[in-house]
Amino acid sequence: MSGAQAQDPRDRGGPAQPLLIVDNLRKHFPVRGGLLNRQVATVQAVDDLSFSVRKGETLGIVGESGCGKSTTARLLMRLVAPDAGSVVFDGDAVAERGGITVNEMRRQMQMVFQDSYSSLNPRMTMAESIAYAPRMHGIGRKEAYDRAEGLLSQVGLNPRQYARRYPHELSGGQRQRVNIARALALEPRLVILDEAVAALDKSVEAQVLNLLADLKEHFNLTYLFISHDLNVVEYMSDRVLVMYLGRVVEIGPVEQIYRKPRHPYTRALFASKPTLDPDRRTTEMPLTGDPPNPINPPSGCRFRTRCAFAQSVCAEKLPVLAAPLDGDTDTDLPHLVACHVPEAQAAMGHAAMGVHHA
Amino acid sequence: MPDIGIAPPAPDEAPMLKVEDLTVRFRRRGSDVAAVNGASFSLRRGETLTILGESGSGKSVSLKALMGLLPDYAETHGKVWLNGQEILGLPAPALAKLRGGAISMIFQEPMAALDPVYTIGEQIAETIVQHENVDRRTAMKRALGLLEQVKIPSPERRLKNFPHEMSGGMRQRAMIALALACSPSVLLADEPTTALDVTVQIQILLLLRQLQEELGMAVVFVTHDVGAAAEISDRISVMYGGRFVESGTTREIMRNPQHPYTQGLLSSTVHGGMRGRKLETIPGTPPNLAHLPPGCAFAPRCRYAVEACRSEIPVVTSETGAMVRCVRAVETVAA
Repeated sequence: MSGAQAQDPRDRGGPAQPLLIVDNLRKHFPVRGGLLNRQVATVQAVDDLSFSVRKGETLGIVGESGCGKSTTARLLMRLVAPDAGSVVFDGDAVAERGGITVNEMRRQMQMVFQDSYSSLNPRMTMAESIAYAPRMHGIGRKEAYDRAEGLLSQVGLNPRQYARRYPHELSGGQRQRVNIARALALEPRLVILDEAVAALDKSVEAQVLNLLADLKEHFNLTYLFISHDLNVVEYMSDRVLVMYLGRVVEIGPVEQIYRKPRHPYTRALFASKPTLDPDRRTTEMPLTGDPPNPINPPSGCRFRTRCAFAQSVCAEKLPVLAAPLDGDTDTDLPHLVACHVPEAQAAMGHAAMGVHHA
Repeated sequence: MPDIGIAPPAPDEAPMLKVEDLTVRFRRRGSDVAAVNGASFSLRRGETLTILGESGSGKSVSLKALMGLLPDYAETHGKVWLNGQEILGLPAPALAKLRGGAISMIFQEPMAALDPVYTIGEQIAETIVQHENVDRRTAMKRALGLLEQVKIPSPERRLKNFPHEMSGGMRQRAMIALALACSPSVLLADEPTTALDVTVQIQILLLLRQLQEELGMAVVFVTHDVGAAAEISDRISVMYGGRFVESGTTREIMRNPQHPYTQGLLSSTVHGGMRGRKLETIPGTPPNLAHLPPGCAFAPRCRYAVEACRSEIPVVTSETGAMVRCVRAVETVAA
């Protein structure tokens, strides 16, 4: 994979330079209300988010609804403007002096959304939808439509049959294939998949996941795979980032995160996964209640209100992402955790929480 | 550990819910959709049956048919007994008495199922007043007890909340409280955990399991999620093209699926152990219910399909009561 990456003519910084560096990204949405529509509160959707994506990898992002997964995707695509922070794409800062423009960034970074129907224009045929972006970026009509037909067959849809159809004439799985084809029309290097398979039936979901794996290899892609489905993220990702209320609580290689989770939240999240084994059912609740409201989140560690290990330090100090306190991590692919409490980090597996009784 | 085998057969105990050869057809100008094509099942007290299927398999329509919630142009046939009383085709007032009383239902979207302009307390009390002829104050008190039962924190305050003031998990709990208001003997649950986060989903599944143990109701749980089915059911029936293609205990279905569709559904359910391997998928898409193929509806997607699959499909029943509707299963069971 890395060898193929090095030959990519679009590559600028070489294989060692991360494709995407996100530094202290922040987005707070104002909540307005009252008689004069003044700002009464702030939703801290994404707060000081930093991570990087390596060339050719799949980085999975997991977390409960409202944790800022989708806001992160929208910030990266600049569908919403960040309040602070910077995004660097293969060495070029996005929308900064001396960097690349948002338009140039979008040529290399594309996104697939969850709702396959609402993300397609109902009055455009499949071929028109796919050819739209290339045409907007200055490619001739004939070439753009040829490319659209080629992409349709790449995603497993016969162009003769589907190029002239409208969104309502396709099934959900077929529409999502078209959305993927459209995202690939500008030959991007990074594709953000925001819950791209969440709305599909299981048998169709598996087909689309296989397709994504094939396309990744064929087009030399890097994926940012956002999902609430922990099983799918484990299957797809090389590294995993866990978010809670707008902040990163843990990041690391997929085996480390799933086999030896260090943050109490990560452990509770994984323990909530249905077991698929009728003889080892879940008997205790890993977490109680819903995630707290991101309007005025708890001070210090945001998870402390639901954490069994919480101490006074957790309320006073914001934990930063760092190597686990027992130092067990890889320097090349670091496993980082944002937690103050050594016992919380050391607790192993689900057994430590008394969750599973085989 | 919860017992998940078939409850020991008690011949004297009549089933709480018995459905025989249920068919639902939507016939309107120019279209004829056969949504349910002969579904039969029965449920004892305290038992949970999961109807597992993908979208368009007819699972939700079956539940709505039981509750009499389908539009006028739906043609429903078959027989449904609730506690020995035949309920399909009852006149509207009699049906209204049953709904929310002896049989009640929870839905995927509590925001759409609850009334946005009444508080949770008012909605629960209303149901109790309608069914049991008690005064509002008593009903309100019962509502408070119900909110406690579904483990809503600070229930006195929540009683006065409108649905939009609650989180998704809380709303789902409130809807369960509403469904339990008149101690139903049968609870129909239509994808109640699908829209929830995993952390909340497991809480709701555990709550349903516990409530069922306390109240002894029979539960029909409809889902497309194999994981949720494995967590909650005693028995699983797999639906495809409006028919049950396989039924058995949770263990039988999860460990040793017989029907090619069930096998495909389980092998395309992703888990971490599959990393690095290509997923085995079922080719094609589910059938169009307006043009079902003759014989086995799964045959066009089935890799084991033979000529005999295009004619009437035999039902193979094993000694344990497991059922599979497949030509090829006859060979495997006989072998």
